[in-house]
Parts: sequence; C-alpha cells; structure tokens
Amino acid sequence: MKKILALILALVMALALVACGGGSNNGTKIKVGMVTDVGGVNDKSFNQTSWEGLQALAKEDKSFEVNYLESKTDADYQTNINTFIDEGYDLIICVGYMLADATKAAATEHPDQKFAIIDDATCADLPNVACLMFAQEQASYLVGLVAGSVTQTKTVGYVQGMVSDSMNLFGIGYITGVLEACPDATVLQYNANNFGDSAGGATAAKDMITKNADVIYHAAGGTGMGVIEACNEEGIWAIGVDTDQSILAPDHVITSAMKRVDVASQDISKAVKAGEFKAGVHMYDLSNGGVDLAPTRDHIPAEVLATVEAAKAAIIAGEKTVPTTTAECPAFTLDD
Amino acid sequence: MTKKKTFMDVVSTNRFIHTLMAIILGFLVGAIFLAVMGLSVGQAYGRLITSVTSLKGFSYVIVYAIPYIMTGLSVAFSFKTGVFNIGCEGQFVVGSMAAAVVGILLGGLPGIVLIPLCFLAAMAAGALWGTIVGILKTRWGINEVLSMIMFNWIAFYLSNFIAGIPAIHSDGSAEATKNISEHASTLLSKDLINSLGLAPTANWGILVAIAMTVVIWVIIEKTTLGYELKAVGANRYSAEYGGINVNRSILMALAISGAMAGLGGALQLMGMGNRISVFSSQEGFGFAGIVVALMGCSNPFGVLVAGIFYGALTYGGSKLNLVGAPTQLISVIVGTVVFFISISVIFENLKRIKTRAQRNAEAAAIRRAEEKEAQK
Repeated sequence: MKKILALILALVMALALVACGGGSNNGTKIKVGMVTDVGGVNDKSFNQTSWEGLQALAKEDKSFEVNYLESKTDADYQTNINTFIDEGYDLIICVGYMLADATKAAATEHPDQKFAIIDDATCADLPNVACLMFAQEQASYLVGLVAGSVTQTKTVGYVQGMVSDSMNLFGIGYITGVLEACPDATVLQYNANNFGDSAGGATAAKDMITKNADVIYHAAGGTGMGVIEACNEEGIWAIGVDTDQSILAPDHVITSAMKRVDVASQDISKAVKAGEFKAGVHMYDLSNGGVDLAPTRDHIPAEVLATVEAAKAAIIAGEKTVPTTTAECPAFTLDD
Repeated sequence: MTKKKTFMDVVSTNRFIHTLMAIILGFLVGAIFLAVMGLSVGQAYGRLITSVTSLKGFSYVIVYAIPYIMTGLSVAFSFKTGVFNIGCEGQFVVGSMAAAVVGILLGGLPGIVLIPLCFLAAMAAGALWGTIVGILKTRWGINEVLSMIMFNWIAFYLSNFIAGIPAIHSDGSAEATKNISEHASTLLSKDLINSLGLAPTANWGILVAIAMTVVIWVIIEKTTLGYELKAVGANRYSAEYGGINVNRSILMALAISGAMAGLGGALQLMGMGNRISVFSSQEGFGFAGIVVALMGCSNPFGVLVAGIFYGALTYGGSKLNLVGAPTQLISVIVGTVVFFISISVIFENLKRIKTRAQRNAEAAAIRRAEEKEAQK
C-alpha cells in the first residue's frame, strides 16, 4: 500500500513538474525582453525602473528570463524589437510612447507576438498589445496637495517637458492639488518643450525662485534634473517625478510623484506566464498602487501627510475624482 | 643604397597592417575585459560573429554601415586636404533634416523625382554647413575645429526646432517629425525582403554609398581639383606659391566633405529612420565617421571596408547583452583600436629616427675614412 502511495505521489510530482514547464512555447523559461528608448537603461527614470522591476522578478521567480536592448537612436527601435522576435521572446516590453510607431508596425506584422508598451494608448486597438497607462493626474494631485500645504510664499512653480494631452495631466492634477490646499496660491508655469535640456530647466527654476516660488514640481525628464539642481542650490523644495528622486538632492526633494513602472512590467510578465495576457489599456492608478507618493517621506510634516492620505483614500473609494481636462482646471495655462 | 625590404620594414610602414594589428589588439583588450568581469570570451565573441554572418544579420550590418561609410568618406576627404572636419556631426544632422523636410512637404511627388530631390537638399544643406565654417576660416582666420564643434550644436538645436514646427511635427504623440512620404523611402520591396529573409530595413542606400566612394576616389586621385586640394593639404604655403587659390580650395574641400555627411543623413533617414526624433543627445554618426576614416586610413575604399566593419560592431554589439556581456564592450574595442592606430605613428617615427642615426653613422665613417686619406 505504501509503495503504491509513493508511486502515485511521485507521479503527481512529475506531472507538476511538467505543468510548470507548460505555458511557454519554447522550453521552460518565460522570456521577457525590454526595449529602452534613447534614454538608455540607466536613465534614472522609467527605463531604469522598468528594468529593475524585471530583474527583481527574475530573481524571485526563476522561470523568467529577462533581457534588455538599448536603443541609441530613434531608428534602433525597430531593429531591437525584431531582434527579440527573432530570438523567440514570449513578451516584448517597449518603454515609452516614442516606441509607439515601431511597436504598432511590429505588432501588425507579427500578430502572434505579445507586446506591452508603457505610456501609450494608441496601440490599444491591436489584439496583441497591452498598453500600460498610469493615472499621472492622481499622483500629481497628491504632490500638489503637499506643495500647497508647505509653501510659505503662496507661490509654487511647475515645469513641464512638453504640451500634449497626456503631459498636461501632470499639470492639471498638480495645480488642482495646490489650489485645494492653498486657494490663493499662485502657480508659475513653464513649458520647456524639451525633455533633455537640464540647463534650460535650471534657468526656468531660478526664474521662478526670483519670483518667490518656494516649491517647484517638474514633469520634464532630463530637463527636470536641472530644476532639482537649481532648487537644491537655492535651498527651496523640489518635487520629483516618475521615480523616487530624493536621491538626487536628499535635503531638498520633499517628495516625488511615483509611477510604478516596475510593478506594471512585473504584472504583465506574470500575466503572460499564467496565460492571462490581455491586450488593450491597463490603467495603473492609486487604487492598484500603480501611482503614489514616493516612499521617502521624511520631509513631509505629519499633518500634511494625513491630509494626503485622506485625499488618497477618498480617490480610491471613488468619492473624489481628479480632473483630467483643461476645462476643469482653468488655472492651468500652458496649453493656451 | 636600396636594399630588400624586410618583414619588419613592411610592418612598420604599411598603414593597413597597422590598422589590422590595432583591430586585433582591440579585440584582445576586449577579451581581457571580459575575462576580468568573469564572462565567457568565446560566448561573447561567438555571439558577435554569429549575429553578423547570417544573411539577415549581414543585411542589417550593411544597413547600419551606410551612414558610417558616408561620414567616414566626409572626414577622410577632409583629412586628405588638410582640414579636420569634426563638424561632420552637424552636417549629417542638417542633411537629414533637409531631406526630411522635402520628404514630408513634397511627399506627393513620385519617387523618381522626390528621391533625387531629397538627396540634393541634403547635400546642399551639408555643403552649406561646411562652407559657412570655411568662410569663417578663410575670411577671418577663425579656427575651424572650434567653430565646427559649435556648429554641431547649432545643427542639433536647429533640427529640434524644425521638428517642432506644426507642419513637420508628428500628428501622434511622438516627439518627432512626421514620417517621410513612402515615395521617398529607399527600402527594398517587401516581397524581396521576405523572400530573401533580409532585415526589414534593407535598402539600396548602400549602392549610393559605394558610388560616392568611387566619386571621392576619382576626385582625389584623378582630377585637377583633387591635386590642388592635396597640395594644399601637404603644404598650404608651397601650394600658394605654386599658384593654387588656397582659400577656394579649403571652401571646396569643406563643401564636398559636408555634402557627403549631409547625404549620409538623408540615406539614414530614407532607408532606416523614416522620421527624425527630437534629440536629447547627439546621435554620434559624425563622430563615428572620424573613427571610420582613421580605420580606413583615409582611403575611400578603406573607408568603405571600415564602415562595414563599424556597422558590424554596432549591430553585433547591440546584441551582446543577450548573452550577458555589456554592449559597452564595443566602445572598449573601438577605443583601443583608435588608440593603437594613433600611436602607430610612433613605429614610423622610430624607423625614421633609426635611419637618420644610421645615416649619421655612415657619414661619420666616410668622414673618418676621408680624414685618414688626407693624413696619408
């Protein structure tokens, strides 16, 4: 009897092993490839965060094999995507809307290949592309509350990298938050029209500081590095974006509006493994932890943090919605 | 005094052999780096080789090589004529932007008209960018290296500015220009690409690059213009004494050099890029041209081979991290190659110093013999 039991047990275990190996069409590993935009994998922003997320995933679950290809120029996107297709990767994650056209072309040509793209919804109609979108306005609203609460001069600044519907969400959320915390505050706004001009960012920030701003939020990639630098030099508060940017100036970055690109990359990879990959828009917001304040919160006064947490709970509970259009937020002037 | 050349004589004077040795040394140094990092040398280099030797891989290599050949030709041509065209980067950028503007705004024209128009616009823009620097140099004696480096940045921001103009800027969310018209594309037909299994970006730009290689060679070796340019390159004062208009020569050299870089920008755009993104950093095609020109010994056909080699390193290198090796390895190899090519001049100088010493010794011996004779 014992022998039979042992045999059955062994059979079950063998079957379980086989089952583990299933789900993928090429052996036991789920291969996830990530294509960076021209920022490269060490961009201290979403390329890096996304790659760190994938690395963490591969570390904790050995059935994942993850890799990345860096794009040096705009023309490399297509080549890199095709490399992963040729190598038989199960999922290709394209980081950033700059890859939208290349992703669309490759996804149309290879309907059996699964793709995910971060920050782009124009591929949502394709049956094999998951669009990982973030509710930028929610996180921006929370940092806006912080800015409006800590400003002494009732003047805060905002630097945006470019005027477009999706970029405007940052400004709309932020300004709504600021005005809610401090209704008579002035918000100085500047469109840098560039994501890589850190000198221009510094100039804009210094200009705002001379106009009395004492908190400046940026949604401007590399241009924002200059904003943070200037705030650090002049000793006022800066607010970071996308990742926890307090490492850039630990004493002067009060908080950051975080986008959990790492979580999104992990989720979609796990979905592929489980055979539950879904195309279309995947929205990451406060309710699923896709956006939030950065974990470094030492500089935020306790009562402000309490207000922010209350607002966050209200949004998650659906009692409150953050505006997403310029019509709902007339104080946002960058698109005029 | 003529004696048979020894092996060492050839090795120490032949520049092609220097380059070959530098390349071997580059790969050796790369291997040491890999070994120190605890990575498999065989696996990394094996991957590098297998990525570029399949038909598909090789077609990728050719596609990647096209802009490098053109910027290499541009720099090599300027080297021959004694000007250092470090402004190749900017000329490449304005050339590709000029081609993009034509390719977008006149997109309705048929390919047979549109493609030459794009090429001409790119060459004109590149030539203009080179000539402005030439005028600054010949008129006011402004050092061309400084003004070229600054002109690279002017081109960079000019390109970003033009990409932002509503008529040119992408309709979608991308920070880039619109795609150029299909009529301006140099891509091979889809059927041909699929039936041969080539890279999806395979294009006939390489034919233009080869044609330009021949043209540049003919200009340098077979025309009066080329002779004058070389004379100015060898010694500007003796050329002037010989009745050559030096200023005109420098302007011509920079215009032709700039046109090559500009055409390279057009070929890259029309074959591969299809659009120009808003730059956040320099793409470096022009600077790579300096390396290619060095590796090609400033000889047009050498540049053709060196450009393909550089294309292979770039394309093969981009896949290195699929086997866990860093792509930066390619920069290590290229850097080492450039280093060894640059110091290869030492071998030639050593040889020269040695022969001078020999000559002195021989002269001294003769003198001693004569003195002895006189004493008798």
